[in-house]
Amino acid sequence: MKLSELTAHQLKESYKKGGTSPTEVCKALFTAVDRLDPIIHAFVYLDREKILARAKELEQRPYERPLWGIPVAIKDILCVEGEPTTCASKILEGFCPPYNATVIEYLKAAGAILFGKTNMDEFAFGSSTETSCYGPTKNPWHVDRIPGGSSGGSCACVSAGQVPLSLGSDTGGSIRQPASMCGVVGLKPTYGRVSRYGLIAFASSLDQVGPIARDIPDCALLAEIISRHDPRDATSVAIETPPYSALLQKDITGLTLGVPREYFAEGIHADVGGALQDALKTLKGLGAKTVSISLPHTKYAVADYYIVAPAEASSNLARFDGVQYGYRSQTAPYSAEHGPLIDMYLNTRREGFGAEAKRRIMLGTHALSSGYYEAYYLRALKVRSLIRGDFDEAFKKCDCIITPTSPTTAFGIGERLADPLSMYLSDILTISANLSGIPGISLPCGFDPQGLPIGLQILARPFDEQLIFNVGYAFQCATDFHTKRPGLAAGKDA
Amino acid sequence: MPISTEDIRYVAFLARITFAPEELKRFATQLETILEYIEQLEELDVSDVRPTTHVLPVKNVLRKDEKRESLSSEAVMKNAPSKQNAFFKVPRIIQDK
Repeated sequence: MKLSELTAHQLKESYKKGGTSPTEVCKALFTAVDRLDPIIHAFVYLDREKILARAKELEQRPYERPLWGIPVAIKDILCVEGEPTTCASKILEGFCPPYNATVIEYLKAAGAILFGKTNMDEFAFGSSTETSCYGPTKNPWHVDRIPGGSSGGSCACVSAGQVPLSLGSDTGGSIRQPASMCGVVGLKPTYGRVSRYGLIAFASSLDQVGPIARDIPDCALLAEIISRHDPRDATSVAIETPPYSALLQKDITGLTLGVPREYFAEGIHADVGGALQDALKTLKGLGAKTVSISLPHTKYAVADYYIVAPAEASSNLARFDGVQYGYRSQTAPYSAEHGPLIDMYLNTRREGFGAEAKRRIMLGTHALSSGYYEAYYLRALKVRSLIRGDFDEAFKKCDCIITPTSPTTAFGIGERLADPLSMYLSDILTISANLSGIPGISLPCGFDPQGLPIGLQILARPFDEQLIFNVGYAFQCATDFHTKRPGLAAGKDA
Repeated sequence: MPISTEDIRYVAFLARITFAPEELKRFATQLETILEYIEQLEELDVSDVRPTTHVLPVKNVLRKDEKRESLSSEAVMKNAPSKQNAFFKVPRIIQDK
């Protein structure tokens, strides 16, 4: 097996036996990046000298640390000290954070090697990684398809074998949907489980950082490293995180899996529905029971989200004004109406933000503006309570919930770009978890006739990530979907 | 609810964004489609429902009022597009008469 194909736990084994070294692994990954990234464009920044220096530094002190010598790619939304951090937006052009996000500090302390920054939709606004100012990332399984988004770069690079692990962020499905489309495992932890300090804010009541990997043990390993209370994030919860990877167990006998009717209804592609039925059969064969449940407010989730999330985003993005960091327009003031300072703001934001960012800022500002606040924002917060309440009711009848992650497999590049609403609807199965704060994972459970991966979503009660991992682990012990890699990764034509 | 280009221009200024005239039209159409979709929330009776601003039962989180280390002003200013000493520079605010 090539070094670039090894998972983190396989690398750890190999390191322990002296089979390979971090330097050797990083060089093998550079070769994979050289070959694949001109095609899929998952990375926006990679400092090879810095990476090799870090590998060397670690090799001087080879002691037991949970991620010792393991390369981890970072979504370009997380602040890494001294490395460009742009959220794939022109407005953050040239920004180099003077500090690390808390999760980055945790990775470094665990002995990980930070392996570059990955492409994403601008400010995580999107489901296809097409709104990046650096241009789109391609799906490693089929280069005419999108990788999903917004963490498309982080999922594509793990899928293609450029790096074993990565971090993404999930506000409405931005880890789970691309994980599904790229055939990898991606977790959105419970809101409050992972620190958001140093995560550039999109929607503060919905955002969570999460791990992306090729199998459940790797995903559990990365999750337990980043899930720790952080006094610098007031919404970080002071609750113990179990050692997920050590506690993994595949016995799911007697567990009750909820199957929500609304998630298997119209709009779900037949290939996806079929793969999910097969997955449910597999899980039943392993001793779990299924029960039909209802989440009656599901159909309102996208509408609700597109008030709540843009409202928060429009406030969060007010900080990008060309004063403290990032891009400042050099365009001469064009009107005498507002004066030079306001004209600078207007020009900076007009030139710095892409179309989707402007759309969300406009939507959010409209929803919060005088005369509309109650009709839109306050109503949306109330509907959010109804959506949450659905899950509270459902979890009285089941231990976790099984659904498809995405209604379809990866769609074509450019296919939904001109029609924002159709893009928004591609997150219809993931958005409710963010509105409710519950954890969710996507893992591969099949392929459509074009060979594109299909994802299975597992949702659980708040802080019950261990159960999610156990069910996923049981499934992966009984199936081999997660071991399949894109033809491109093996050097075959995609 | 139809959205006029005048509405768009008003909201855009609140958000400190401007649009070229042809962009303005496209945005008006797209926002109208999205807001039409969002209008389905009106089907629900929410008169007795309490709003959720936050999924966790969070309280104020306070830290001790103690001196602690922070970034140097040099590190903070490093990314400024325009600066002078320890100050951010912006275009002139007060006009000559």
